[in-house]
Amino acid sequence: MSGDGLLGPDEWAAVLLSIRVAFFAVLWSLPLGVLCAYALARWEFPGKQLLNGLVHLPLILPPVVTGYLLLLAFGPQGPLGQALAPLGISFAFRWTGAALAAAIMAFPLMVRAIRLALEGVDPRLEEASATLGASPLWVFITVTLPLILPGILTGTILAFAKAIGEFGATITFVSNIPGETRTIPSAIYAFLQVPGGEGAAFQLVIVSIVIAMGALLASEILARRMNQRLGTNSRGAM
Amino acid sequence: MSSSAERDMLEVDLQHQLGSFALNATFRAPQGITVLFGRSGSGKTTIVNAVAGLMRPNAGTIRIGTQVLYDSATGQYLPPHKRHVGYIFQEGRLFPHLSVRSNLTYGRWMSGTRADPALFNRIVEMLGLGALLTRRPGALSGGEKQRVAIGRALLAAPRLILADEPLAALDAQRKAEILPYFERLRDEVKTPILYVSHSASEVARLATRVVALEDGRVLRQGRASDVLADPAVTPLGARAAGAILQAKVARHHPDGLTELSASGLPLLLPHLDKAPGSHVRIRIAATDVIIAAQAPAGLSALNVLPGTVDALRPGGGPGAIVSLQTPAGRLLARITQRSVDALGLHPGMSCHAVIKAVAVAPDDIGGTEAAPGLPRDEQP
Repeated sequence: MSGDGLLGPDEWAAVLLSIRVAFFAVLWSLPLGVLCAYALARWEFPGKQLLNGLVHLPLILPPVVTGYLLLLAFGPQGPLGQALAPLGISFAFRWTGAALAAAIMAFPLMVRAIRLALEGVDPRLEEASATLGASPLWVFITVTLPLILPGILTGTILAFAKAIGEFGATITFVSNIPGETRTIPSAIYAFLQVPGGEGAAFQLVIVSIVIAMGALLASEILARRMNQRLGTNSRGAM
Repeated sequence: MSSSAERDMLEVDLQHQLGSFALNATFRAPQGITVLFGRSGSGKTTIVNAVAGLMRPNAGTIRIGTQVLYDSATGQYLPPHKRHVGYIFQEGRLFPHLSVRSNLTYGRWMSGTRADPALFNRIVEMLGLGALLTRRPGALSGGEKQRVAIGRALLAAPRLILADEPLAALDAQRKAEILPYFERLRDEVKTPILYVSHSASEVARLATRVVALEDGRVLRQGRASDVLADPAVTPLGARAAGAILQAKVARHHPDGLTELSASGLPLLLPHLDKAPGSHVRIRIAATDVIIAAQAPAGLSALNVLPGTVDALRPGGGPGAIVSLQTPAGRLLARITQRSVDALGLHPGMSCHAVIKAVAVAPDDIGGTEAAPGLPRDEQP
């Protein structure tokens, strides 16, 4: 698939890497995002505001700061990096690190969308489910989860788009290594640094727009279909 | 009462403080419909939620037969999903993302028991849900939703059915559509039913037993006809007081009136769509009864029953409630205190109760659990 007229091999590598990074960033953060949203929407516990702040921090902090903190924690000399090294898990200057950075930057968007959907679920339906013999876990699986599916979808799409476009934290944490950590934004940045790179940069800009529009369109169609299944209920739709 | 009915009886004794509102209720609910009766704010829904396990009272015990659902002394508390109660909510609370069929089978599915197609078909047929099975709740009318909610609770094979004002959100026509289903439940199902209501006519039609609540306390409990005929029990105010009479349809007259026989005494009503010989219970509101010291003559009212005054209570404002023992059963009459004095009414005095035939609203007439020919040996 290299250089079939539209994109050069370097551009292709950047596009495929971006998709891989964003895909795994969303895949691994989704269960945690649902748990986090549930805790923030439904539970009262000490330190709830602290958790809320931590989740939202990447939204407010300069991305470079987030990337640098990740480097400090997960770098070869960092405490988490050293703790995970014996398990064969390493993030520094690898595509997995880019996925971690993207996941953390996209996390607040995902949690917010799911939390909003959760707050729209009528707790009386969950009570009804419990009286019919469903344990709390089954209440969640059979009632809560289907009802927040549109919100989960919204959160996933938003997080995916954010992960595709993440730049600051990624380049600070895992640098800009072609084929390993050079995602679309990093590649655009790199092309713009060299004379005559504008053409390649522009191609990637077009690709970015196509991916973003495609994701939005897909989520719109899916959300509409789900809301039809739920009848008139339009909670959690985009 | 059979031993199985005793075994499955609900016994409640609970105390709960909600702000300045104190709930302190002790009662039992055997087989049949036990109506928690009282005005809104008297603690009815709190009690039902405590029985379902959706709310944890401060103190007390709740038991079904020998199974303890809650006991504050020993700290026992069974979570709602282990209580096996079928809860019919006021607003239905159907799952919007599931079809009617999946809503109905949800309880079976959760309890992991094998579906029983015969029972499913019987309940679908009884509630007339056959044509709705593939639809989603969003596409149902209010009455249809409530029928599905009843079926869903029944199909969970509950040991106890709870119904929290299941008709309150429906208009009169839908109410009339659902009420017969509750009558059938009462007569065909052995499971005790705890039914919350603030409607005197629903109580009259459905209740086997009544627990009258006022400000979080049990005013009186017992057989529906006894409790409702007690002039001291007016949880909704003296104007809503009324007694229940058991009667049998004697014959239909060509002039459009139906003659009932209440312990041999004839009562005339506007035409009633029941076959001669069938049992009915009628509610006679205290405001529709007049008292005469002598047998009245030249009166337009058709029904005059001889009786004896057995109690007198002041009934709010200038009114009084008179309880009369008649051969047909106990009657309540709401008259003014001035009339009480003028007639010289006192307990033990003979008098006549005058009831206007048209005063008996069709809404207040229901089948009775004593009606013969209904199967009582089946249980979902």
